[in-house]
Amino acid sequence: MTVASTDHSSAANLSIARRLADGGLIGALAIVVIGAIGYYLFPNNLALLTRMTAIALLVLSLDLVTGYCGVATLGHAALFGAGAYGAGIAAAHFGISEPLTMTLVGALTGSAAGLVSGVVILRAHGLAQLVLSIAVIHLFHEAANKASAWTGGSDGLSGIMPEAVFGLFEFDLWGQTAYIYGLVLLTVVFVALRILVRSPFGMLARGVREDRIRITAMGASVNSVLLRMYVISGAVAGIGGALSAISTQVVGLDSLSFTLSAEALVMLVLGGTGSLYGAMIGTMVFMWFEDTLSAINPFHWLTIIGALLVAVVLFAPKGLYGSTAGFVSRLRRGRG
Amino acid sequence: MSALFEVRNLRKSFGGLVVTNDVSLAMAPGDRVALIGPNGAGKTTFVNLVAGNLRPDSGHVFLGGEDVTRLKAAKRVRRGLIRSFQVTRLFQDMTPEEHVALAILQRERQAGKMFGHYSGKPEVMDEVRKILDRLGLIELSHLKVREIAYGQQRLLEIALAMALRPRMLLLDEPAAGVPQSETTRIEQALNSLPPDLAVLMIDHDMDLVFRFARRVVVLAAGTVIFDGSPKDVTQDQRVREAYLGNYANAGSTA
Ligand SMILES: Nc1ncnc2c1ncn2[C@@H]1O[C@H](COP(=O)(O)OP(=O)(O)OP(=O)(O)O)[C@@H](O)[C@H]1O
Ligand SMILES: [Mg+2]
Repeated sequence: MTVASTDHSSAANLSIARRLADGGLIGALAIVVIGAIGYYLFPNNLALLTRMTAIALLVLSLDLVTGYCGVATLGHAALFGAGAYGAGIAAAHFGISEPLTMTLVGALTGSAAGLVSGVVILRAHGLAQLVLSIAVIHLFHEAANKASAWTGGSDGLSGIMPEAVFGLFEFDLWGQTAYIYGLVLLTVVFVALRILVRSPFGMLARGVREDRIRITAMGASVNSVLLRMYVISGAVAGIGGALSAISTQVVGLDSLSFTLSAEALVMLVLGGTGSLYGAMIGTMVFMWFEDTLSAINPFHWLTIIGALLVAVVLFAPKGLYGSTAGFVSRLRRGRG
Repeated sequence: MSALFEVRNLRKSFGGLVVTNDVSLAMAPGDRVALIGPNGAGKTTFVNLVAGNLRPDSGHVFLGGEDVTRLKAAKRVRRGLIRSFQVTRLFQDMTPEEHVALAILQRERQAGKMFGHYSGKPEVMDEVRKILDRLGLIELSHLKVREIAYGQQRLLEIALAMALRPRMLLLDEPAAGVPQSETTRIEQALNSLPPDLAVLMIDHDMDLVFRFARRVVVLAAGTVIFDGSPKDVTQDQRVREAYLGNYANAGSTA
């Protein structure tokens, strides 16, 4: 009797443990640990680490539509930029400088941009889709440029003075508060996305990527799945944009650029599409290279990134994370 | 009385080629109909038109008396018009369990949920196990589709169709690509389909067709040239001509 009940409860504990692990506890821990290491190792470079966090949110967001749903896009910074301008304009023009509220505004404007780009981009397929996505980012960019009364145009939007977080933690000159705030955002978003990609909706999304006709034959509407994912993706990228606005206190047109869109795609491919870890690792590696190499040789760092990307695509086509994970699971199976 | 499923004067051409030529057909619950015809006769195209994967040039498709011709494929599925594919369409990286669970969740309008996992729903898991067990796939529940044999993938196609609880089921060559020696399991699966379900099955294996169907429809060059009982089909002059003797004697050997 006692044996049986111990057995039962340990099995229950195990399944709770497994569920927590699946729910992203390990990933969340990894973010916190790596974040803490970064904090102590590079105390003078927190601005870069915060930017990495913001861009990681953009790349995660891109992964949702490109990695999980198979939509090709070179215009994803539109969602990030919309979040950045949304949060920035709220602060600079409407006096909404409470950081959590600014982040929420960023998530909302990001979702709205996600909805708009989704509606446009999802009308086409393949190459036409890619071209539409480029058109979308240029339109967003031009719109922000023209609406200079609101956005500051090419001078950028300034006058963003975020209040202290919870009224307690001032945004300091060293960027400590911004960094920790960003890390918390990334952790929360990561856990939420882990739950999302495992959910029935996440399965539908993977199904859409693999075989749209089969998804249709199950009675699900492909476009509705994609559009919902675009809106969620917009919220995630928008949070990244808001973080960027809050931490740098300016928003420039570069946050809404084709270049940033393309770089985000490169980061995603580098790390590996279709996995949240891949998105974050790709961002870290790319931006670390960008920072160190451009300091050593400002003209050739892109060459090296290019070479790295070629190597990854040729020799590790699933990206740094995807290929490593595949290798490890093959090793394990070989042993088991 | 209106039929469960009816097709009226369906027409489709690709460029100048008429692939579906004025096809009409009605079926009642419990019907078992075989649709046969030579390669390229337009059988798959017919299924595509009925299921909504292709738009007909003219004609109508009715389900339960409702005109579904203008409905998208997914909406027809939600009304119980389910199809399978001649070449399996499965998610290579997903397991049979995930496939069937997703189909059930979608049927129950729960596939849009953005949190939780199907394994936490006992009623879904029970049904998944029941379906996989019935098709002999239970041992493979957790393998990825690309790791299982093609014959088993064919069974999973049928499992998906069953999980969707069809009223009208269109099976496009459910045993295609499987060696004849291994089709027993598939035939068992076909025999265990709910009796009140209407099934239209395409197949080239005449023995299987004669065991399965109580009615045979023959399509040749997009036109229905025969619609009647299995025992008459081999005697029919036009059918013999259409097949040029290929299958004309299959009935007598069965
Ligand atoms: N999308 C398409 N565009 C042009 N022609 C097509 C298309 N789909 C099918 N066809 C043509 O229509 C004709 C009928 O094709 P279909 O696939 O319906 O035949 P089938 O009876 O299913 O043949 P099989 O027994 O080989 O499966 C063929 O000549 C085929 O080449
Ligand atoms: Mg066919």
